[in-house]
Amino acid sequence: MVITVSGNKKEVAEGLTLLELMKQEKVEMPDYVTVSINEEFVESDAKESTVLKEGDNVEFLYFMGGGC
Amino acid sequence: MALTDEQIERYSRHIILKEVGAKGQKKLLNAKVLIIGAGGLGAPAAMYLAAAGVGTIGIADADDVDLSNLQRQIIHSTADVGKPKVISAKETMESMNPDVKIKTYHTFVDASNIRELIREYDFILDGTDNFPAKFLINDACVLEKKPFCHAGIIRFKGQLMTYVPGEGPCYRCVFQSPPPKDAVPTCKQAGVIGAMGGVIGSLQAMEAVKYIIGKGDLLTGYLLTFDALKMEFRKIRLPRDTHNCAVCGDHPTITEPIDYELNVCEEK
Repeated sequence: MVITVSGNKKEVAEGLTLLELMKQEKVEMPDYVTVSINEEFVESDAKESTVLKEGDNVEFLYFMGGGC
Repeated sequence: MALTDEQIERYSRHIILKEVGAKGQKKLLNAKVLIIGAGGLGAPAAMYLAAAGVGTIGIADADDVDLSNLQRQIIHSTADVGKPKVISAKETMESMNPDVKIKTYHTFVDASNIRELIREYDFILDGTDNFPAKFLINDACVLEKKPFCHAGIIRFKGQLMTYVPGEGPCYRCVFQSPPPKDAVPTCKQAGVIGAMGGVIGSLQAMEAVKYIIGKGDLLTGYLLTFDALKMEFRKIRLPRDTHNCAVCGDHPTITEPIDYELNVCEEK
């Protein structure tokens, strides 16, 4: 199935979970990354239980603390 | 209050813009913007706002200028090393534009002083270097109903978003609470390319100017991200559902700013 990850279309396996996608995408420190799917926030403890669907639009929102 | 001949010349490139005009320039001259943090983000933001003729600029920072700041904090010069950053910043801004009144706050901004501090300003820029301060600013701005622009920079990346009361998500809607100390690297640990502060801090100044003149679309409901290595900007639409947010949601549990444990980006 095809989903959109950070603006790019991607072919992924059926039944892929959000946590598996984050591993595939080499997302560092997934515990501290906010995820939205189709412009809705995913609860931080629901990454493993969230199964992706055809056409999903996934965005990773990263903490960025610097300003110094 | 009419513009003087000198002001008409100084701001001529603004006044000629149909979105600004003499009316917009007067709005800028009457506006008050507070910049919290006179570092990589605050330095370019402060300089563009001073040059633009923002009438009152407040700048808050407890630190002194360090040699390792000068790679990116362009408001400070080599001769300023050891001087309070707010004084160095004030001197630079005053030399750029005598129209601007600069108010300095040589202090740590915390839960005890932030609400009073931001109250007199029209727009606030978050130029801080740590998560406790970013959440503090967010919560205080939500509670005081003040618009502000958040930004963060690290390595070759930067991000910013704007919160306007009643419009779209706040910083806490997106990021919930500060990460544990040392979980997410600071720019001292990870580094930051000097011009990143220029890119993102200038965009913060742009948001403040647009808010003041009331033109264009702000980054409310969006997170703008910049990756300098890919030379890629992305404007990510954020979820609009803010009902569950602990500070701006329907049933807020945070009713006063919070002092989280400090994990500042040490300069040395």
